[in-house]
Amino acid sequence: MSAESSGRSSARLPDAFLSPGTSSFADFLGEVSPELLPARRALPAGSPADLAPHGTTIVAATFTDGVVMAGDRRATMGNVIAQRDIEKVFPADEFSCVGIAGSAGLAVEMVRLFQTELEHYEKIEGSTLSMDGKANRLSALIRNNLALAMQGLAVVPLFAGYDRRAGFGRIFSYDVTGGRYEETAFHSVGSGSVFARGSLKKLYRGDFDATDCVTAAVQALYDAADDDSATGGPDLTRRIFPVVHVITGDGQQRMPEAEVAEIADRVVAGRMQRPDGPNAALN
Amino acid sequence: MSMPFYVSPEQLMKDRADFARKGIARGRSVVVIQYADGVVFVSENPSKALHKVSEIYDRIAFAAVGRYNEFENLRIAGVRLADLRGYSYDRVDVTGRGLANAYAQTLGTIFSSGGEKPYEVEIFVAEVGDAVEDDQIYRLTYDGQVADEHDYAAMGGDAEAVDTYLKEHFEGGLSLDAAIRLAVKALAQSGEDGRTIPAGDLEVAVLDRTRTLPRKFRRLSGDSLSGLLAEA
Repeated sequence: MSAESSGRSSARLPDAFLSPGTSSFADFLGEVSPELLPARRALPAGSPADLAPHGTTIVAATFTDGVVMAGDRRATMGNVIAQRDIEKVFPADEFSCVGIAGSAGLAVEMVRLFQTELEHYEKIEGSTLSMDGKANRLSALIRNNLALAMQGLAVVPLFAGYDRRAGFGRIFSYDVTGGRYEETAFHSVGSGSVFARGSLKKLYRGDFDATDCVTAAVQALYDAADDDSATGGPDLTRRIFPVVHVITGDGQQRMPEAEVAEIADRVVAGRMQRPDGPNAALN
Repeated sequence: MSMPFYVSPEQLMKDRADFARKGIARGRSVVVIQYADGVVFVSENPSKALHKVSEIYDRIAFAAVGRYNEFENLRIAGVRLADLRGYSYDRVDVTGRGLANAYAQTLGTIFSSGGEKPYEVEIFVAEVGDAVEDDQIYRLTYDGQVADEHDYAAMGGDAEAVDTYLKEHFEGGLSLDAAIRLAVKALAQSGEDGRTIPAGDLEVAVLDRTRTLPRKFRRLSGDSLSGLLAEA
Protein backbone atom coordinates (compact mmCIF):
# COMPACT_ATOMS: atom_id res chain seq x y z
CA MET A 1 0.00 0.00 0.00
CA SER A 2 1.37 3.40 -0.81
CA ALA A 3 2.39 5.74 1.95
CA GLU A 4 0.11 8.35 0.49
CA SER A 5 -3.04 6.27 0.65
CA SER A 6 -2.35 4.40 3.87
CA GLY A 7 -3.55 7.49 5.72
CA ARG A 8 -1.83 6.59 8.99
CA SER A 9 -2.94 8.82 11.84
CA SER A 10 -3.43 12.13 10.02
CA ALA A 11 -3.44 13.63 6.56
CA ARG A 12 -0.05 15.12 7.30
CA LEU A 13 2.60 14.42 4.68
CA PRO A 14 4.58 11.32 5.73
CA ASP A 15 8.15 11.83 6.90
CA ALA A 16 9.58 10.29 3.74
CA PHE A 17 8.21 13.28 1.78
CA LEU A 18 9.79 15.84 4.07
CA SER A 19 13.14 14.21 4.64
CA PRO A 20 15.99 15.60 2.58
CA GLY A 21 17.83 13.17 0.37
CA THR A 22 17.34 11.81 -3.08
CA SER A 23 16.55 13.86 -6.18
CA SER A 24 15.58 10.67 -7.97
CA PHE A 25 11.90 9.92 -8.38
CA ALA A 26 12.53 6.20 -8.90
CA ASP A 27 14.47 5.99 -5.62
CA PHE A 28 11.74 7.91 -3.80
CA LEU A 29 9.08 5.64 -5.30
CA GLY A 30 11.06 2.60 -4.16
CA GLU A 31 10.92 4.00 -0.64
CA VAL A 32 7.23 4.98 -0.37
CA SER A 33 5.39 2.91 -2.99
CA PRO A 34 7.65 0.15 -4.28
CA GLU A 35 4.67 -1.65 -5.83
CA LEU A 36 4.44 1.13 -8.42
CA LEU A 37 7.89 0.40 -9.81
CA PRO A 38 7.57 -1.75 -12.94
CA ALA A 39 10.70 -3.72 -12.02
CA ARG A 40 9.59 -4.66 -8.49
CA ARG A 41 6.80 -6.97 -9.56
CA ALA A 42 7.07 -10.67 -8.79
CA LEU A 43 5.90 -12.86 -11.65
CA PRO A 44 4.15 -16.19 -11.20
CA ALA A 45 5.70 -19.25 -12.82
CA GLY A 46 5.20 -19.66 -16.57
CA SER A 47 6.12 -17.49 -19.50
CA PRO A 48 4.26 -14.19 -19.78
CA ALA A 49 6.10 -13.29 -22.97
CA ASP A 50 3.32 -14.42 -25.32
CA LEU A 51 0.55 -12.74 -23.32
CA ALA A 52 1.54 -9.16 -24.06
CA PRO A 53 2.10 -7.30 -27.32
CA HIS A 54 5.62 -6.56 -28.54
CA GLY A 55 6.85 -3.36 -30.06
CA THR A 56 9.20 -3.72 -32.98
CA THR A 57 11.55 -1.40 -34.86
CA ILE A 58 13.02 1.98 -33.84
CA VAL A 59 15.66 3.88 -35.80
CA ALA A 60 17.66 6.98 -34.89
CA ALA A 61 20.15 9.00 -36.92
CA THR A 62 22.06 12.22 -36.35
CA PHE A 63 22.20 15.15 -38.76
CA THR A 64 24.09 18.44 -38.74
CA ASP A 65 21.70 20.25 -36.33
CA GLY A 66 20.61 17.38 -34.11
CA VAL A 67 19.10 13.94 -34.20
CA VAL A 68 15.99 12.18 -35.56
CA MET A 69 14.20 9.20 -34.07
CA ALA A 70 11.46 7.24 -35.85
CA GLY A 71 9.44 4.17 -35.03
CA ASP A 72 7.05 1.98 -37.01
CA ARG A 73 3.47 1.62 -35.76
CA ARG A 74 3.02 -2.11 -35.35
CA ALA A 75 2.69 -4.17 -32.17
CA THR A 76 2.54 -7.95 -32.48
CA MET A 77 1.43 -10.81 -30.28
CA GLY A 78 2.82 -14.02 -31.70
CA ASN A 79 1.65 -14.05 -35.32
CA VAL A 80 -1.21 -11.61 -34.68
CA ILE A 81 -0.96 -7.87 -35.28
CA ALA A 82 -2.03 -6.55 -31.88
CA GLN A 83 -2.15 -2.88 -32.87
CA ARG A 84 -1.62 -1.00 -36.13
CA ASP A 85 -1.12 2.48 -34.77
CA ILE A 86 0.84 2.06 -31.57
CA GLU A 87 3.27 4.86 -30.68
CA LYS A 88 6.70 3.76 -29.59
CA VAL A 89 8.70 6.99 -29.64
CA PHE A 90 8.13 9.37 -26.73
CA PRO A 91 9.58 12.67 -25.62
CA ALA A 92 11.72 12.14 -22.51
CA ASP A 93 12.17 15.84 -21.82
CA GLU A 94 12.63 19.04 -23.80
CA PHE A 95 15.85 17.89 -25.50
CA SER A 96 15.64 14.12 -25.70
CA CYS A 97 13.36 11.28 -26.65
CA VAL A 98 13.20 7.57 -26.10
CA GLY A 99 11.98 4.81 -28.42
CA ILE A 100 11.08 1.35 -27.18
CA ALA A 101 11.24 -2.16 -28.49
CA GLY A 102 10.20 -5.27 -26.57
CA SER A 103 7.33 -5.87 -24.20
CA ALA A 104 5.05 -2.92 -25.02
CA GLY A 105 3.07 -2.45 -21.80
CA LEU A 106 6.11 -2.65 -19.56
CA ALA A 107 8.08 -0.42 -21.90
CA VAL A 108 5.44 2.31 -21.87
CA GLU A 109 5.40 2.17 -18.07
CA MET A 110 9.16 2.46 -17.99
CA VAL A 111 9.05 5.46 -20.30
CA ARG A 112 6.56 7.15 -17.97
CA LEU A 113 8.89 6.50 -15.05
CA PHE A 114 11.84 7.84 -17.01
CA GLN A 115 9.95 11.00 -18.03
CA THR A 116 8.93 11.62 -14.42
CA GLU A 117 12.49 10.90 -13.29
CA LEU A 118 13.96 13.61 -15.54
CA GLU A 119 11.30 16.19 -14.72
CA HIS A 120 11.54 15.43 -10.99
CA TYR A 121 15.29 15.97 -10.96
CA GLU A 122 14.91 19.20 -12.89
CA LYS A 123 12.34 20.59 -10.45
CA ILE A 124 14.14 19.56 -7.29
CA GLU A 125 17.65 20.54 -8.35
CA GLY A 126 16.69 23.54 -10.45
CA SER A 127 18.87 22.35 -13.34
CA THR A 128 18.62 19.66 -15.98
CA LEU A 129 20.69 16.48 -15.99
CA SER A 130 23.57 16.24 -18.45
CA MET A 131 23.02 14.06 -21.51
CA ASP A 132 25.24 11.34 -19.99
CA GLY A 133 23.39 11.66 -16.68
CA LYS A 134 20.07 11.03 -18.42
CA ALA A 135 21.49 8.06 -20.33
CA ASN A 136 22.84 6.59 -17.08
CA ARG A 137 19.50 6.98 -15.28
CA LEU A 138 17.78 5.08 -18.09
CA SER A 139 20.47 2.44 -17.78
CA ALA A 140 19.68 2.02 -14.06
CA LEU A 141 15.95 1.63 -14.76
CA ILE A 142 16.61 -1.12 -17.30
CA ARG A 143 19.08 -2.89 -15.03
CA ASN A 144 16.38 -3.10 -12.35
CA ASN A 145 14.16 -4.82 -14.89
CA LEU A 146 16.56 -7.70 -15.46
CA ALA A 147 14.50 -10.24 -13.48
CA LEU A 148 11.46 -9.59 -15.69
CA ALA A 149 13.62 -9.61 -18.80
CA MET A 150 14.87 -13.10 -17.88
CA GLN A 151 11.26 -14.26 -17.86
CA GLY A 152 10.57 -12.90 -21.30
CA LEU A 153 9.46 -9.32 -20.56
CA ALA A 154 12.50 -7.56 -21.95
CA VAL A 155 12.51 -3.85 -22.68
CA VAL A 156 15.16 -2.48 -25.02
CA PRO A 157 15.07 1.27 -25.49
CA LEU A 158 16.93 3.58 -27.80
CA PHE A 159 17.70 7.00 -26.34
CA ALA A 160 18.56 10.08 -28.38
CA GLY A 161 18.91 13.73 -27.59
CA TYR A 162 20.63 16.99 -28.26
CA ASP A 163 23.59 17.50 -25.95
CA ARG A 164 23.46 21.22 -25.20
CA ARG A 165 26.93 21.28 -23.68
CA ALA A 166 28.57 19.49 -26.59
CA GLY A 167 26.32 21.11 -29.23
CA PHE A 168 25.34 18.02 -31.25
CA GLY A 169 22.91 15.12 -31.29
CA ARG A 170 23.78 11.84 -29.53
CA ILE A 171 22.35 8.32 -29.60
CA PHE A 172 22.55 5.65 -26.88
CA SER A 173 21.57 2.00 -27.15
CA TYR A 174 21.08 -0.47 -24.30
CA ASP A 175 21.07 -4.17 -23.60
CA VAL A 176 18.70 -5.93 -21.17
CA THR A 177 21.30 -5.89 -18.39
CA GLY A 178 21.40 -2.09 -18.48
CA GLY A 179 24.60 -1.88 -20.51
CA ARG A 180 24.80 1.51 -22.17
CA TYR A 181 26.53 2.07 -25.52
CA GLU A 182 26.95 5.34 -27.33
CA GLU A 183 26.39 5.00 -31.06
CA THR A 184 27.85 7.20 -33.76
CA ALA A 185 25.76 8.47 -36.68
CA PHE A 186 22.82 6.02 -36.54
CA HIS A 187 21.41 3.00 -34.79
CA SER A 188 18.34 0.78 -34.70
CA VAL A 189 16.72 -1.58 -32.19
CA GLY A 190 13.92 -4.15 -32.34
CA SER A 191 13.06 -7.15 -34.49
CA GLY A 192 13.58 -5.35 -37.81
CA SER A 193 16.73 -3.56 -36.66
CA VAL A 194 19.10 -5.76 -38.65
CA PHE A 195 17.45 -4.74 -41.92
CA ALA A 196 17.00 -1.10 -40.87
CA ARG A 197 20.66 -0.81 -39.93
CA GLY A 198 21.76 -2.36 -43.20
CA SER A 199 19.61 0.13 -45.05
CA LEU A 200 20.97 3.13 -43.09
CA LYS A 201 24.53 1.93 -43.67
CA LYS A 202 24.03 2.43 -47.39
CA LEU A 203 21.91 5.59 -47.22
CA TYR A 204 23.46 7.60 -44.39
CA ARG A 205 25.62 10.63 -45.13
CA GLY A 206 27.26 13.03 -42.72
CA ASP A 207 25.81 16.19 -44.32
CA PHE A 208 22.12 15.38 -43.90
CA ASP A 209 19.65 18.14 -43.08
CA ALA A 210 16.51 17.33 -41.07
CA THR A 211 14.37 16.32 -44.08
CA ASP A 212 17.12 14.09 -45.54
CA CYS A 213 17.56 12.45 -42.17
CA VAL A 214 13.83 11.76 -41.77
CA THR A 215 13.71 10.40 -45.33
CA ALA A 216 16.60 8.02 -44.57
CA ALA A 217 14.85 6.87 -41.39
CA VAL A 218 11.59 6.22 -43.26
CA GLN A 219 13.53 4.33 -45.96
CA ALA A 220 15.15 2.22 -43.24
CA LEU A 221 11.78 1.43 -41.65
CA TYR A 222 10.44 0.50 -45.09
CA ASP A 223 13.31 -1.94 -45.53
CA ALA A 224 12.73 -3.35 -42.04
CA ALA A 225 9.03 -3.88 -42.82
CA ASP A 226 9.99 -5.44 -46.16
CA ASP A 227 11.90 -8.28 -44.52
CA ASP A 228 10.59 -8.48 -40.95
CA SER A 229 6.97 -9.58 -40.53
CA ALA A 230 6.69 -7.89 -37.13
CA THR A 231 7.52 -4.41 -38.46
CA GLY A 232 4.76 -2.39 -40.10
CA GLY A 233 5.44 -0.41 -43.26
CA PRO A 234 3.64 2.82 -44.22
CA ASP A 235 -0.09 1.98 -44.21
CA LEU A 236 -1.32 3.76 -47.35
CA THR A 237 -4.98 2.76 -47.07
CA ARG A 238 -5.38 3.84 -43.44
CA ARG A 239 -2.83 6.64 -43.76
CA ILE A 240 -0.80 5.46 -40.77
CA PHE A 241 2.83 6.57 -40.95
CA PRO A 242 5.83 6.29 -38.64
CA VAL A 243 6.10 8.46 -35.54
CA VAL A 244 9.03 10.83 -36.09
CA HIS A 245 10.66 13.09 -33.49
CA VAL A 246 13.21 15.73 -34.48
CA ILE A 247 15.51 17.13 -31.79
CA THR A 248 17.70 20.20 -32.28
CA GLY A 249 19.18 22.92 -30.07
CA ASP A 250 15.71 24.53 -30.05
CA GLY A 251 14.15 21.50 -28.38
CA GLN A 252 12.42 18.38 -29.52
CA GLN A 253 9.17 18.15 -31.38
CA ARG A 254 7.12 15.48 -33.07
CA MET A 255 7.05 15.98 -36.81
CA PRO A 256 3.46 16.78 -37.88
CA GLU A 257 1.58 13.82 -39.39
CA ALA A 258 1.12 15.64 -42.73
CA GLU A 259 4.86 16.19 -43.18
CA VAL A 260 5.69 12.57 -42.39
CA ALA A 261 2.95 11.49 -44.81
CA GLU A 262 4.49 13.60 -47.57
CA ILE A 263 7.93 12.06 -47.04
CA ALA A 264 6.45 8.54 -46.78
CA ASP A 265 4.48 9.07 -49.99
CA ARG A 266 7.69 10.05 -51.79
CA VAL A 267 9.49 6.98 -50.43
CA VAL A 268 6.63 4.70 -51.52
CA ALA A 269 6.49 6.35 -54.97
CA GLY A 270 10.21 5.62 -55.41
CA ARG A 271 9.67 2.00 -54.39
CA MET A 272 6.98 1.68 -57.10
CA GLN A 273 9.82 2.18 -59.60
CA ARG A 274 12.44 0.21 -57.70
CA PRO A 275 10.99 -1.98 -54.88
CA ASP A 276 14.39 -2.47 -53.24
CA GLY A 277 14.87 1.24 -52.73
CA PRO A 278 17.46 3.74 -53.91
CA ASN A 279 20.68 2.47 -55.45
CA ALA A 280 23.85 3.24 -53.53
CA ALA A 281 26.99 4.00 -55.52
CA LEU A 282 29.22 0.95 -55.99
CA ASN A 283 32.45 2.77 -55.23
CA MET B 1 12.81 22.92 44.20
CA SER B 2 11.16 23.69 40.94
CA MET B 3 7.43 23.88 40.44
CA PRO B 4 5.92 23.03 37.05
CA PHE B 5 4.18 26.13 35.69
CA TYR B 6 0.67 25.97 34.38
CA VAL B 7 0.44 27.51 30.92
CA SER B 8 -3.03 27.90 29.47
CA PRO B 9 -3.53 26.46 25.95
CA GLU B 10 -4.42 29.95 24.71
CA GLN B 11 -1.13 31.33 25.97
CA LEU B 12 0.81 28.38 24.56
CA MET B 13 -0.68 28.83 21.08
CA LYS B 14 -0.23 32.57 21.23
CA ASP B 15 3.44 32.18 22.12
CA ARG B 16 3.97 29.76 19.28
CA ALA B 17 2.16 32.03 16.83
CA ASP B 18 4.22 35.06 17.94
CA PHE B 19 7.38 33.05 17.48
CA ALA B 20 6.43 32.04 13.94
CA ARG B 21 5.24 35.52 13.00
CA LYS B 22 8.46 37.14 14.17
CA GLY B 23 10.49 34.77 12.04
CA ILE B 24 8.38 35.48 8.95
CA ALA B 25 8.44 39.27 9.47
CA ARG B 26 12.23 39.31 9.20
CA GLY B 27 12.24 38.33 5.53
CA ARG B 28 11.33 40.27 2.42
CA SER B 29 7.92 40.08 0.79
CA VAL B 30 6.54 38.04 -2.10
CA VAL B 31 3.71 39.32 -4.29
CA VAL B 32 1.40 37.25 -6.46
CA ILE B 33 -0.84 38.92 -9.04
CA GLN B 34 -3.38 37.52 -11.49
CA TYR B 35 -2.88 38.96 -14.96
CA ALA B 36 -4.75 38.33 -18.20
CA ASP B 37 -2.81 35.18 -19.21
CA GLY B 38 -2.02 33.67 -15.83
CA VAL B 39 -0.42 34.32 -12.49
CA VAL B 40 2.84 36.18 -11.86
CA PHE B 41 5.04 35.94 -8.76
CA VAL B 42 7.48 38.72 -7.89
CA SER B 43 9.84 38.82 -4.96
CA GLU B 44 12.92 40.72 -3.91
CA ASN B 45 15.61 38.09 -3.83
CA PRO B 46 19.18 38.92 -4.88
CA SER B 47 20.15 35.23 -4.87
CA LYS B 48 20.06 33.48 -8.23
CA ALA B 49 20.27 30.01 -6.73
CA LEU B 50 18.09 30.04 -3.62
CA HIS B 51 14.65 30.49 -5.07
CA LYS B 52 11.55 31.67 -3.27
CA VAL B 53 9.31 30.81 -6.23
CA SER B 54 9.36 27.35 -7.81
CA GLU B 55 7.56 24.99 -10.13
CA ILE B 56 5.62 22.14 -8.55
CA TYR B 57 3.74 20.66 -11.51
CA ASP B 58 2.31 21.44 -14.95
CA ARG B 59 0.00 24.23 -13.77
CA ILE B 60 1.04 24.62 -10.15
CA ALA B 61 3.67 26.85 -8.58
CA PHE B 62 4.85 27.53 -5.09
CA ALA B 63 6.14 30.68 -3.38
CA ALA B 64 7.28 31.04 0.18
CA VAL B 65 8.72 33.42 2.74
CA GLY B 66 10.38 32.66 6.05
CA ARG B 67 13.06 30.15 6.93
CA TYR B 68 14.69 28.77 3.81
CA ASN B 69 15.39 25.25 5.09
CA GLU B 70 11.79 24.83 6.21
CA PHE B 71 10.04 25.99 3.06
CA GLU B 72 12.58 24.15 0.91
CA ASN B 73 11.54 20.98 2.72
CA LEU B 74 7.90 21.75 1.99
CA ARG B 75 8.66 22.52 -1.65
CA ILE B 76 10.44 19.21 -2.16
CA ALA B 77 7.60 17.39 -0.41
CA GLY B 78 5.18 19.13 -2.79
CA VAL B 79 7.14 18.10 -5.88
CA ARG B 80 7.29 14.52 -4.59
CA LEU B 81 3.57 14.44 -3.82
CA ALA B 82 2.65 15.92 -7.20
CA ASP B 83 4.95 13.63 -9.19
CA LEU B 84 3.75 10.58 -7.27
CA ARG B 85 0.09 11.48 -7.93
CA GLY B 86 0.77 12.23 -11.57
CA TYR B 87 2.65 8.97 -12.00
CA SER B 88 0.14 6.73 -10.23
CA TYR B 89 -2.98 8.41 -11.69
CA ASP B 90 -2.63 10.93 -14.48
CA ARG B 91 -1.15 14.38 -15.00
CA VAL B 92 -4.58 16.06 -14.94
CA ASP B 93 -5.34 14.54 -11.53
CA VAL B 94 -2.73 16.67 -9.78
CA THR B 95 -4.51 19.73 -8.37
CA GLY B 96 -3.50 22.81 -6.44
CA ARG B 97 -6.29 22.17 -3.95
CA GLY B 98 -4.94 18.71 -3.10
CA LEU B 99 -1.49 20.13 -2.59
CA ALA B 100 -2.77 23.03 -0.45
CA ASN B 101 -4.66 20.52 1.72
CA ALA B 102 -1.58 18.38 2.26
CA TYR B 103 0.44 21.47 3.22
CA ALA B 104 -2.31 22.69 5.55
CA GLN B 105 -2.48 19.37 7.37
CA THR B 106 1.29 19.21 7.68
CA LEU B 107 1.73 22.77 8.95
CA GLY B 108 -1.28 22.44 11.27
CA THR B 109 -0.03 19.23 12.86
CA ILE B 110 3.47 20.63 13.37
CA PHE B 111 2.10 23.88 14.82
CA SER B 112 -0.09 22.21 17.43
CA SER B 113 2.21 19.34 18.35
CA GLY B 114 4.27 20.03 21.47
CA GLY B 115 7.32 18.20 20.23
CA GLU B 116 8.30 20.32 17.24
CA LYS B 117 8.91 24.02 16.86
CA PRO B 118 6.38 25.62 14.53
CA TYR B 119 7.52 26.29 10.97
CA GLU B 120 8.36 29.96 10.41
CA VAL B 121 6.95 30.04 6.89
CA GLU B 122 4.09 31.35 4.83
CA ILE B 123 3.26 29.85 1.46
CA PHE B 124 1.36 30.58 -1.72
CA VAL B 125 0.18 27.70 -3.87
CA ALA B 126 -1.16 28.89 -7.22
CA GLU B 127 -2.75 26.95 -10.03
CA VAL B 128 -3.44 28.43 -13.44
CA GLY B 129 -6.64 27.40 -15.22
CA ASP B 130 -7.92 27.74 -18.78
CA ALA B 131 -9.42 31.16 -18.01
CA VAL B 132 -8.90 33.89 -15.38
CA GLU B 133 -11.93 32.61 -13.41
CA ASP B 134 -10.32 29.17 -13.10
CA ASP B 135 -7.07 30.45 -11.58
CA GLN B 136 -6.62 29.60 -7.93
CA ILE B 137 -4.35 31.10 -5.31
CA TYR B 138 -4.11 29.63 -1.82
CA ARG B 139 -2.33 31.26 1.07
CA LEU B 140 -1.11 28.94 3.81
CA THR B 141 0.10 30.27 7.13
CA TYR B 142 2.45 28.74 9.73
CA ASP B 143 -0.48 27.29 11.71
CA GLY B 144 -2.02 25.45 8.75
CA GLN B 145 -4.78 27.92 7.92
CA VAL B 146 -5.76 28.11 4.28
CA ALA B 147 -7.17 31.20 2.62
CA ASP B 148 -8.42 31.50 -0.94
CA GLU B 149 -6.97 34.65 -2.51
CA HIS B 150 -8.19 36.56 -5.55
CA ASP B 151 -6.61 39.17 -7.85
CA TYR B 152 -3.48 39.77 -5.76
CA ALA B 153 -1.86 38.88 -2.45
CA ALA B 154 1.31 39.65 -0.52
CA MET B 155 3.14 37.96 2.30
CA GLY B 156 6.36 38.37 4.24
CA GLY B 157 8.10 41.24 6.02
CA ASP B 158 6.11 44.34 5.10
CA ALA B 159 3.10 42.54 3.70
CA GLU B 160 0.68 45.17 5.01
CA ALA B 161 2.31 48.14 3.27
CA VAL B 162 2.63 46.10 0.07
CA ASP B 163 -0.97 44.93 0.31
CA THR B 164 -2.27 48.47 0.82
CA TYR B 165 -0.47 49.65 -2.29
CA LEU B 166 -1.83 46.73 -4.32
CA LYS B 167 -5.37 47.38 -3.07
CA GLU B 168 -5.17 50.97 -4.31
CA HIS B 169 -3.63 50.25 -7.70
CA PHE B 170 -4.76 46.79 -8.82
CA GLU B 171 -7.18 46.42 -11.71
CA GLY B 172 -8.42 43.30 -13.49
CA GLY B 173 -7.07 42.04 -16.83
CA LEU B 174 -3.56 43.51 -16.55
CA SER B 175 -0.95 42.64 -19.16
CA LEU B 176 2.16 40.79 -17.95
CA ASP B 177 4.46 43.81 -18.03
CA ALA B 178 1.91 46.01 -16.25
CA ALA B 179 1.41 43.35 -13.57
CA ILE B 180 5.16 43.02 -12.98
CA ARG B 181 5.62 46.79 -12.79
CA LEU B 182 2.76 47.03 -10.30
CA ALA B 183 4.28 44.25 -8.18
CA VAL B 184 7.72 45.86 -8.18
CA LYS B 185 6.28 49.21 -7.13
CA ALA B 186 4.31 47.50 -4.38
CA LEU B 187 7.41 45.70 -3.12
CA ALA B 188 9.28 49.01 -3.01
CA GLN B 189 6.75 50.25 -0.42
CA SER B 190 8.73 48.38 2.19
CA GLY B 191 11.94 50.05 3.34
CA GLU B 192 12.76 53.71 2.78
CA ASP B 193 10.50 55.96 0.72
CA GLY B 194 10.82 56.17 -3.02
CA ARG B 195 13.41 53.45 -3.46
CA THR B 196 13.56 51.44 -6.67
CA ILE B 197 14.50 47.77 -6.76
CA PRO B 198 17.11 46.95 -9.42
CA ALA B 199 16.10 44.24 -11.90
CA GLY B 200 19.00 42.07 -10.74
CA ASP B 201 17.48 41.83 -7.26
CA LEU B 202 14.13 40.54 -8.48
CA GLU B 203 12.95 36.99 -8.75
CA VAL B 204 10.07 36.81 -11.22
CA ALA B 205 8.20 33.73 -12.43
CA VAL B 206 4.91 33.17 -14.23
CA LEU B 207 2.36 30.46 -14.73
CA ASP B 208 1.47 31.32 -18.31
CA ARG B 209 -1.65 29.60 -19.65
CA THR B 210 -0.76 30.57 -23.24
CA ARG B 211 2.38 28.38 -23.21
CA THR B 212 1.97 25.50 -25.64
CA LEU B 213 3.97 23.08 -23.48
CA PRO B 214 2.08 21.27 -20.71
CA ARG B 215 4.42 22.83 -18.15
CA LYS B 216 3.22 26.41 -17.76
CA PHE B 217 5.88 27.61 -15.32
CA ARG B 218 8.54 29.97 -16.60
CA ARG B 219 11.17 32.13 -14.91
CA LEU B 220 11.82 35.64 -16.17
CA SER B 221 15.27 37.09 -15.67
CA GLY B 222 18.05 38.98 -17.39
CA ASP B 223 17.19 40.83 -20.57
CA SER B 224 13.62 39.61 -20.91
CA LEU B 225 12.84 40.91 -17.42
CA SER B 226 14.61 44.26 -17.92
CA GLY B 227 12.67 44.63 -21.17
CA LEU B 228 9.34 44.09 -19.44
CA LEU B 229 10.26 46.52 -16.65
CA ALA B 230 11.48 49.26 -18.98
CA GLU B 231 8.41 49.65 -21.13
CA ALA B 232 6.68 51.99 -18.68
